[in-house]
Amino acid sequence: MTRQLLLEHINVPGINTFEVYRRMGGYSAVEKAIKTMGPEGVLEEVKTSGLRGRGGAGFPTGMKWSFLAKPEGVPRYLVCNADESEPGTFKDRYLMTYIPHLLIEGMIVSSFALGAHTSYIYVRGEMMQQIRILEQAIAEAKANGFLGKNILGSGYDLEVYVHPGAGAYICGEETALLESLEGKRGNPRIKPPFPAVSGLYNCPTVVNNVETIAATVSIINDGGAEYAKIGIGRSTGTKLISAGGNLNKPGVYEIELGLPVEEFIYSDEYCGGIANGKQLKAVVAGGSSVPILPANLILKTIEGAPRLMSYESLAEGGFVSGTMLGSGGFIAFDEDQCIVRNTWNFTRFYHHESCGQCSPCREGTGWMEKVLFSIENGQGRSSDMDLLVNVAKNIEGNTICPLGDAAAWPVASAIRHFRDEFEWHVNNPVESQSRNYGLANYAIMANS
Amino acid sequence: MLNINNTENIENVEFTPELIGKFNEIVSRYPEGKQKSALLPILHEVQAIAGWLSVPSMNKVAEFLNIEYIEVYEVATFYTMYFLKPQGKYVLEVCRTGPCCLVGAEKIMKHIESTLGVKEGEVTSDGLFSWRGVECMAACGNGPVLQIGPEYTFYENLTEESVNQLIGKLKNNK
Ligand SMILES: Cc1cc2nc3c(=O)[nH]c(=O)nc-3n(C[C@H](O)[C@H](O)[C@H](O)COP(=O)(O)O)c2cc1C
Ligand code: SF4
Ligand code: FES
Repeated sequence: MTRQLLLEHINVPGINTFEVYRRMGGYSAVEKAIKTMGPEGVLEEVKTSGLRGRGGAGFPTGMKWSFLAKPEGVPRYLVCNADESEPGTFKDRYLMTYIPHLLIEGMIVSSFALGAHTSYIYVRGEMMQQIRILEQAIAEAKANGFLGKNILGSGYDLEVYVHPGAGAYICGEETALLESLEGKRGNPRIKPPFPAVSGLYNCPTVVNNVETIAATVSIINDGGAEYAKIGIGRSTGTKLISAGGNLNKPGVYEIELGLPVEEFIYSDEYCGGIANGKQLKAVVAGGSSVPILPANLILKTIEGAPRLMSYESLAEGGFVSGTMLGSGGFIAFDEDQCIVRNTWNFTRFYHHESCGQCSPCREGTGWMEKVLFSIENGQGRSSDMDLLVNVAKNIEGNTICPLGDAAAWPVASAIRHFRDEFEWHVNNPVESQSRNYGLANYAIMANS
Repeated sequence: MLNINNTENIENVEFTPELIGKFNEIVSRYPEGKQKSALLPILHEVQAIAGWLSVPSMNKVAEFLNIEYIEVYEVATFYTMYFLKPQGKYVLEVCRTGPCCLVGAEKIMKHIESTLGVKEGEVTSDGLFSWRGVECMAACGNGPVLQIGPEYTFYENLTEESVNQLIGKLKNNK
């Protein structure tokens, strides 16, 4: 059984209340941080832990915190990114619903380390229930002296507020999120300046994912060195994986980084294999933005080594034969699923969610959506695949924010690994309307 | 699309002292002078009362926050949760994104369309229902899923039967 640092107490009845959470040892990290460690001490432990951002990019959290500018007399902010909208990802909702005090405790110790006195949790607007749950948890923490003025008699003041979004995936991008928090449209900002220098209200700001902030609690309780012992290489600690698609047991799992992908998919401790006795065709391992891989390449690297659930192992082979851990949104496709249809669906998503500031993203996503739609509906042309690759290439790297890349990669990777299926659609416009292509043609892929 | 001259654009929310009190509490979460930050949460409060955002309501929000009308319109037109025209009393929002489609979301949307007898975005003649597809709701492990505002209650692992039951129950609620 994997060490459970985040979800250990998730099944304890009443763990969503302050009383039970406290009885299970909750808020001891706040006491330890404030009474014995000081802000610098907390920062050092987080650096030692090797914790990397759980929102998608995997940037080392300790390093991000140490970049925070600290000009005299200017407030600093911690903003928690609970916008969770990357297709395939549903771990933050789970954590906030069942163990909200873990996030609040993490908010307090992280804010303390950064010297923030006002912090916000930006929750996507549809999570109205989670907003209520968090507001309740904040009120309880405050009533018990862990929030508000002079926390635990230390002289440290902190208020935490919940701020709702209103339905826009782009607001998960950290600078769009800050715009949205300022009451504006969610248009990403041009960087630099980075939020660490000029973020919310032009003040130095750290934006971290829900899971990242929650992970700081056990780092403080047990020490950064203990945390770093878990996992593999530079992928330290545990990670929440949202497992969805055609699996026997979809759900949120806390894994030790380094777990073999094969074990995660097939063992009964985790997903319990592919649903309805079918075979695995493909996996999107880290949320819709990361490259899709056919079954053979998700289970083993091109060199034949077992693929592990870690930042490095999933990326092995680069974009030719690898992918990314991303947000940990693990989507499994069975043999009956149509890669063309899913690629069209994902591209429609990115087109719909593009904020429209950059023409390569705004126009390119719409163009790809149209071409994919025509292939899916039996009107594709043999030149379409090269066209798609070309459009994707022209979006990638040419935009203000990474949504452009996120839209390009699924298309480019689907054509790289499943070109035979796209060609079959083009060459069999009638037949492809009534049946799916089936399993991928691995022989073609191995040679390409 | 926002049509300022739309005849449906009537004043449909009364800014009672209670509501203004709620707005003031929201504004107090943000630093002095940054009251515009309260715009998104305040628009949610307004929409929860009327079911959508009319232009006169948005203008009143602008006046309350001491910002330009256009600053409210540009936000209301950007975010998909805000409705700019009247909806059914119950808006069924079904996730239409990839992971849910792997487990049958498209079939559920077709079923809702034929059961309610209206196309996406249209309102049933009794005014009770409208429906639309929305993007991933971060509930993919229990797809297909739908949500109903203003509380955004979730209904997960949908089947045609569970959708029938839900619609029946809502009809009886009136
Ligand atoms: C289009 C887009 C959407 C994103 N959505 C999210 C999100 O929903 N949640 C999240 O934590 N990070 C999201 N991110 C990443 C954030 O920009 C940012 O890197 C992250 O919140 C930093 O936190 P971390 O270092 O703790 O991971 C998104 C990025 C992009 C480009
Ligand atoms: S890449 Fe797309 S989403 Fe990002 S800023 Fe440009 S247009 Fe907006
Ligand atoms: S794809 Fe439907 S909730 Fe995520």
